[in-house]
Amino acid sequence: MADIREIDRREFLHGLAAGGLLLVATASGCRRVSDTFGGTAAGSGGTPAPDGPPLAPAVYLRIAPTGDVTIIVHRSEMGQGTKTSLAMAAADELEADWARVRVEQAPGDEKTYGSQDTDGSWSIRGFLQPLREAGATARAMLEAAAARRWGVPVSDVAARQNQVVHASSGRTIGFGELVAVARTLPVPPKEQLRLKQPSEYRYIGKEIPAVDLADITVGRARFGIDQRLPGMRYAVVARPPVYGGTVASVDERAARAVPGVERIVRLPHTPVPSGMSPLGGVAVVARNTWAAIQGRNALRITWHDGPNASYDSGTYRAALERSARSAGKVARAQGNTATALAGAAKRIAAEYYIPHLAHAPMEAPVALANVTSTGCEVWAPTQAPQGARDALAKVLGLSADAVKVNVTLLGGAFGRKSFPDFIIEAALLSRAVGAPVKVQWTREDDLQHDYLHTVAVERLEGGLDTDGKVVAWVHRSALPSIGSTFASHVLYQDDGEMAQGITDLPYAIPNLRGEAGPATPHTRIGWYRSVINIPHAFAIGSFIDELAHAAGKDTRTFIAEMLGPDHIVDMTRAGLTGKPQNYDASFDEYPIDTARYRGVLELAAQQAGWGQPLPAGQGRRIAVHRSFLSYVASVVQVEVHPDGTLSIPRVDVAVDAGTIVHPERVRAQMEGATIMGLSNALHGEITFKGGRVEQVNFAPPQLAAAGDTQRTGYQIMRLDEAPREIHVHVVPSTGKPGGIGEPGVPPTAPALCNAIFAATGKRIRTLPVAGQLAGTGAIA
Amino acid sequence: MELTVNGTRHTYTGDPAMPLLWYVRDELGLTGTKYGCGIGACGACTVHLDGVAVRGCQTPVSAAAGRAVTTIEGLAATTSGRPGPGEQLHVVQRAWRTHNVPQCGYCQAGQIMQAASLLARTPAPTDAEIDAAMRGNLCRCGTYTRIRAAIHTAAGDLAGAKPSAPSNGRS
Ligand code: FES
Ligand code: FES
Repeated sequence: MADIREIDRREFLHGLAAGGLLLVATASGCRRVSDTFGGTAAGSGGTPAPDGPPLAPAVYLRIAPTGDVTIIVHRSEMGQGTKTSLAMAAADELEADWARVRVEQAPGDEKTYGSQDTDGSWSIRGFLQPLREAGATARAMLEAAAARRWGVPVSDVAARQNQVVHASSGRTIGFGELVAVARTLPVPPKEQLRLKQPSEYRYIGKEIPAVDLADITVGRARFGIDQRLPGMRYAVVARPPVYGGTVASVDERAARAVPGVERIVRLPHTPVPSGMSPLGGVAVVARNTWAAIQGRNALRITWHDGPNASYDSGTYRAALERSARSAGKVARAQGNTATALAGAAKRIAAEYYIPHLAHAPMEAPVALANVTSTGCEVWAPTQAPQGARDALAKVLGLSADAVKVNVTLLGGAFGRKSFPDFIIEAALLSRAVGAPVKVQWTREDDLQHDYLHTVAVERLEGGLDTDGKVVAWVHRSALPSIGSTFASHVLYQDDGEMAQGITDLPYAIPNLRGEAGPATPHTRIGWYRSVINIPHAFAIGSFIDELAHAAGKDTRTFIAEMLGPDHIVDMTRAGLTGKPQNYDASFDEYPIDTARYRGVLELAAQQAGWGQPLPAGQGRRIAVHRSFLSYVASVVQVEVHPDGTLSIPRVDVAVDAGTIVHPERVRAQMEGATIMGLSNALHGEITFKGGRVEQVNFAPPQLAAAGDTQRTGYQIMRLDEAPREIHVHVVPSTGKPGGIGEPGVPPTAPALCNAIFAATGKRIRTLPVAGQLAGTGAIA
Repeated sequence: MELTVNGTRHTYTGDPAMPLLWYVRDELGLTGTKYGCGIGACGACTVHLDGVAVRGCQTPVSAAAGRAVTTIEGLAATTSGRPGPGEQLHVVQRAWRTHNVPQCGYCQAGQIMQAASLLARTPAPTDAEIDAAMRGNLCRCGTYTRIRAAIHTAAGDLAGAKPSAPSNGRS
């Protein structure tokens, strides 16, 4: 509890000591900080019983005697808008004036904030309710204080825009003036809170500029790379190029001779699987980033590569294909697929290859650490500050209390910054040189040493009856699991990975089978925006289009038929062999609802002008996918030119994510996810040769223009290739919120490749599309 | 050597080959300019040299000797941006706010500097001209459709028209 008291003291200085009202929101209701952490127990909010529910406050809400409202958000901001949308939810129920609201980023502290892991498209889903309750609690206390002051029943007063109003007399009083009394009143229990009806929302569902927008546009926003401390040194690290490799020998002389280079430091090696730990290597510490880079380039290092030196993408694809062609570990089985396939009127099979992808956030990994004799403080763009804190404590031999992790803005992350390896490097180097050290990963480092998106072969086989209905479906997926990064001998996807498309398949197919094939890992596999949904959804979305084509049916109609009449899919009778997985939610709370699939399918199709004729050379197709408890359908319209290049005039995205807090940021996320999904599909590929990543840096724009695969460059979609129009259609809903950051990615790639098929007759089964369309443009 | 950054004169005696990117960031503490690739492939490091966009990672400090360097921090003061209600902004910065362009924001200083340079020479760019000028600036968050819309808005603003409504759906 020591660290909580420390936070408490800090908050007291800023809030309570100055007479403010400070509340924490927890899963079980709100508490006043002084009650929660052993201060004066005034009121019924009470100290949690020792055996009570875990204290996991999502947020701090502070109202100062000036009336200024501070909302401390514990999730990391990486462009998804969480800092803004969570604050909007609390401010709405509080009836705060948005102009008086300041949003602060919480440091990593599990005991104080509960899990802060910003992943799994979880922030709104997990914290909308606690934040609303925090706001409503404070509002109730302020209203009670005003009623007492005026000697009127509390039912006669109401908070409005940072004031409490007594309607019949027209009297008003500001929040600031009420704080002194409000903070002595009982904290109302959760059951007595009156939350707003959707029609009363002032901010939820409305358009509000993101809290960092103004700073970003003038260059004032502070990312990880922008952190500075007096006396800070700059470091760049040479890491073993092959996963699991070690340093054989180093010649440091040339590096030492670079002006500005101060120290060369060996970092400890971590054996495979390296998990969250850094890879080791040799660091150059210098007076500025440029000197550190020059010094690193001047190091002459001989490496022991180890067994993963054999990793070669071409060979590995063949191994995955072999795996996907033999019986695997069954994850879901219904009916009898062998008999059904044998008796099918039409039987088709297809294999899809989806390569490794690199996250490549525009801000490469970077962290600043200051390790002193008493502790460690870091500033880092991290999605997982608590994991970082625990890992730092362990590596440095400190208690977690002595480690502080400050979360900066993240210049993109997409899952990469859930790993603390780069933060640990900074701390080790700071300890070694006795000064604050900022570790800068170059883009070369980022691509060479990412926790890559997996690489997959997905094999599907389907049977149609004489009416063109799907009677059998077998899906085998072979890919190295994320679990292999953390434990040896992990050869199969786990239930959670299989539930990203395969075991949660919603279609009413009587004979159905999902299997995982074994795959040996040779590199670090990590979470990449929408994760294993990427290969699974590409294969499923493409195969459905192949089946529709074989059945001679329109894809949209065919999908609707596969969904069957609107119903909740009964996952207790789905033939699952393992634990049912539903993105950490229960199927009771978040069932698989085919009506919602149909809703987004129809909405996207209608808005895209489905069925309307297109010019020659163009195609329009659809894919639909549920992930992170949200439903998304994408319609991509593509034009394939005679030279094999393509352009994308229009994409329509329909999303049903339940209650929406910040529609403008939701549209932004869907636009961004669409572009990332298209970028993955058209260009995304990391390849290995001799155990080394072949892509050295971003593909330069001149080469990207040619549209061909760059072996040495990692290509990302550029502005000129981006869809001319992206129309996002949000299904109005007051249902439970689902995820937003990730679910837009999975349907994009299959919709694109289906549209390419519609335009050219060429079926893309190997990603990326890259140069595969040469010579196809004229077919249409 | 002497150079002017955002109107302030500086004397520099270090490695003349150091890229302007690291000079403004590490030596001057102007951190709005970002590192993305170091090879001229992403545009995150874009600054102006005598009003023209250059890649800060490909421009040695020596090339800026005696010339005027502008970074994102100094952009508003350079031009025609009419004063907004609170803050003096360049038209491009205002358009970026109107369209809520940034997501993570990391690439946006480079995008804004590139767009400002484009509009300085081509005040009413066509989509093809926007493609050509902006394709060197990567955005991993995928804000491209809004970047295009915001450039058209800024161009309209420059022409004295009322800032037009966002053209990409309702964004
Ligand atoms: S950092 Fe200069 S172009 Fe990428
Ligand atoms: S806004 Fe994140 S990289 Fe462009």
